[in-house]
Amino acid sequence: MRKWLGILLLTLSSFQLHAAIEIYQFDQPKQEELYMQMIDELRCLVCQNQNLSASNAALAKDLRKQTYQMVTSGQSHEQIVDYMTQRYGDFVLYRPPVKASTALLWFGPFILLLIGIMVLIFTLKKRNELNDEQLSNAEHEQIKQLLDSGEK
Amino acid sequence: MKNSLPLVMFILLVILLAVGLELDPREVPSPYIGKPAPSFDLPSLADSSVTINPEEMKGKVWLLNVWASWCGACRAEHQVLNRLVKNHKIDIVGLNYKDRDSKAKQWLEDLGDPYVSVAVDRQGLSGIDWGVYGVPETFIIDQQGIIQYKNIGPVTQYDIENTIIPLISSLQQEISR
Amino acid sequence: MIPEIGQAALIIAFALALIQASLPLVGAQIGKPRWVNLATPVARGQLLFIVIAYACLSYSFLVNDFSVRYVASTSNTALPLIYKISGVWGAHEGSLLLWALLLSAWTVVVSIFSKSIPKIMLARVISVMGMISVGFISFMLFTSNPFIRLFPAPIDGRSLNPLLQDFGLAIHPPMLYMGYVGFSVAFAFSIAAMIDGKLDAAWARWVRPWTNIAWVFMTLGIALGSWWAYYELGWGGWWFWDPVENASLMPWLVGTALIHSLAVTEKRAAFKSWTVLLAIFSFSLSLLGTFLVRSGVLTSVHAFATDPARGVFILVFLVIVVGGSLVLFSWRASSLRSVGQFAPVSRETGLLFNNVILVTMAGTVLLGTLYPLVLDALGVGKISVGPPYFNQVMVFLAVPLYLLMGFGLFLRWKKDSVSRIKTKIIIPLSLALVAGVLLPLFLAPEQNGLTFIGLISASWVALAALLWLLNSTVSPFKLPASTWGAVIAHIGMAVTVTGITLTSIYSHEKDVRLAPGEFYQVGDYQFRLIGVKEIRRDNYIAYQGIVEASESGKHLVLMHPEKRTYNQSSMPMTEAAIDAGLFRDLFVALGEPLGAGSWSLRIYHKPFVRWIWMGALIMAFGGLLAAADKRYRRFRPHKKAVV
Repeated sequence: MRKWLGILLLTLSSFQLHAAIEIYQFDQPKQEELYMQMIDELRCLVCQNQNLSASNAALAKDLRKQTYQMVTSGQSHEQIVDYMTQRYGDFVLYRPPVKASTALLWFGPFILLLIGIMVLIFTLKKRNELNDEQLSNAEHEQIKQLLDSGEK
Repeated sequence: MKNSLPLVMFILLVILLAVGLELDPREVPSPYIGKPAPSFDLPSLADSSVTINPEEMKGKVWLLNVWASWCGACRAEHQVLNRLVKNHKIDIVGLNYKDRDSKAKQWLEDLGDPYVSVAVDRQGLSGIDWGVYGVPETFIIDQQGIIQYKNIGPVTQYDIENTIIPLISSLQQEISR
Repeated sequence: MIPEIGQAALIIAFALALIQASLPLVGAQIGKPRWVNLATPVARGQLLFIVIAYACLSYSFLVNDFSVRYVASTSNTALPLIYKISGVWGAHEGSLLLWALLLSAWTVVVSIFSKSIPKIMLARVISVMGMISVGFISFMLFTSNPFIRLFPAPIDGRSLNPLLQDFGLAIHPPMLYMGYVGFSVAFAFSIAAMIDGKLDAAWARWVRPWTNIAWVFMTLGIALGSWWAYYELGWGGWWFWDPVENASLMPWLVGTALIHSLAVTEKRAAFKSWTVLLAIFSFSLSLLGTFLVRSGVLTSVHAFATDPARGVFILVFLVIVVGGSLVLFSWRASSLRSVGQFAPVSRETGLLFNNVILVTMAGTVLLGTLYPLVLDALGVGKISVGPPYFNQVMVFLAVPLYLLMGFGLFLRWKKDSVSRIKTKIIIPLSLALVAGVLLPLFLAPEQNGLTFIGLISASWVALAALLWLLNSTVSPFKLPASTWGAVIAHIGMAVTVTGITLTSIYSHEKDVRLAPGEFYQVGDYQFRLIGVKEIRRDNYIAYQGIVEASESGKHLVLMHPEKRTYNQSSMPMTEAAIDAGLFRDLFVALGEPLGAGSWSLRIYHKPFVRWIWMGALIMAFGGLLAAADKRYRRFRPHKKAVV
């Protein structure tokens, strides 16, 4: 418990409730796009419920600077992601990587939908079968009555 | 029975949440455990013409303690570190993180200096390389330069006795085996 | 003295809730009319004492009684009056008291508007809601007591987080809680039906208005939260898929499925066990949200004082309430068999499909929110799941939903044919395609496939809704309120989707450095920095920027972004300047001084962003209309139940 007090104190002292506004210049609009995308997708490790774009923590400032330098030196999305995950693990990515451990996460929604549709179709089929059976039972009764009354 | 499916799924959910109560969602484990320690070439706090590099520590088990004079929790753990080096033959290298030399030196004068040397990381870039996201943090590095453990937050006496000393002993024994 | 009265009142309310939760229910089972008749009076008694407790806590806030620990930690003498009133629910303990108050109030209101509900069923409903009251009050009494005293009492309290000193945020929790609590009514009715062993169209007619009203409040609560985040947090975002936001979205999604399922149960006596299950799910998700926000299991911007001990309590409560209801479901659901027949192509099937998608969406949100916990619990590692994931998968699910929202309205009940549908939809579908493609082609600054998809979906939903009104055999004005409500709610959804699509794709954001006199251009808009000055108010000092916004060279408005430092805290806060418009927002936030009078500024142009919340308001209005339908207010005296 005391361990976290340190982190908590640090967090509270650096958590500032306003968006971080920095002026970075880019020669190429593609680089600016990549920078904006990266700081949106990277998680702040101090103010852990903000991305690097929104956080004003000192570490977030440093990481944005790093990202800026990597982007302007021509590095790609993958290279920047690698740099960050090498140091902080997958936790730093708001877009979880697609790997074996996250397969269920990424394909889950699609699988859920499929299962839902299949259950739907199955239930509908079964309901209509049951109703058909009942119908023929009722029809059976009708026929029987007709036959009985006809025999008299 | 189909109607029990929601109940079964709920029970699984509850188990997950119960386990979750024991975990700390804020803790970010280090991806460096079992991997070589990142390199750095930083000036020493005592004499800025001297450079400190983790290479120099190869052959022994050592600790890297990330600290700063502006960090309140570092104060709390400092006595624990002082006690540690007094009672055990363990080398601690300090990483002075985003601090000012004068303040750092004063801090050590006031509170004691358990470090064999202190590397100055003024910009925090080496900190980023090591995956530091808060202060204080402490790493245990083995004789081959592989990071074996990371302590997030201040080191407590409990951590020393139950995790750090046993780990260091077992690492040191491995070499003499 | 007053806090002790409040404490005593809370304890009495607890005792009454215990009686309310047990005697009527048991009495209904074993045939004791006296116990059954206790339900309403005891519920009213509980409300009285909860109101007393709440009044005592409010009083403590108003008179600055800092000997009450909760007041000391959330209030301050310098706090404006309105925020002392709203501060009562501003943190964990007080918000629980608000929950209990609203729950108790809903219970009494249900007991009042229940002339046509058989006494036995009403008694069971009130008992079940009493059980939930027991849970929340005991949560307070045992782990989160708002009346704990502090000795010695501090001279002044710690101030409210300046973020909370805001009207939008103040009103947001009560709205949301009204929604969460409202879903407990459908839940209680479902439990009562399962105990009874039967459920008919009349049951659905009783439950529908309550559920619609709960849904309306949830819609408003979520929209308020989103709107607040947009104008307060300073970065132009309006939804971040934070665990607490997700905790409110999940019951909303399932609640939407529930109101559609209830429509079928009322009209066709079908979908009975689906409706019951959805009612259980919506309320369960409300409770799950309470757990996630207060237990510390997930990190969140919203987190109340998180405490695993409190988490254990809520978890046990969850197990009892949700687990109990699901056990009952697995045992009794088969007795709720629906015999209504319907063909594969029919409105029933359309609605079923619609609910499958909605539940899948809720399941997806749950999956994404809990997945990091799953991997951590399995020891596989730590990951984060954020907006990039949710935005991608939810859009994928939303598109078939919107298509269905249109088709469904054309389908006939019970049996329809594809050929008949084809003739009906060809015109609106073509119109939607035209609107969704031509408009962006001519008006948008650049093209994007997602724009087409979003606008086609929105136009399709809106047109289908309008045609439902216009195609009916009677004059639209003779149609019942519930039809109008549905049409308006669907149109509201279309408006929201349009806003989300356009603002997500065409928003422009830039951090710029401006010296006084310099300007920045976005499309036709110019932002010129006039200067920055220091201002002083009651409880803060601030830097105030003066920015002139012009459109095509003509002066539009002066904007005043501020960077405030409140007296009680060192946290500086951005108050962005927003020029709101029907078709666009202009948004300026003040950054840092860069020397020589220059400042960094963040400038946004956000097209159609207001449509997101306007659509929500329209949806809420639609829901209200539907709840106000005459047929729910017709009192049919039921046969007196023989107990």
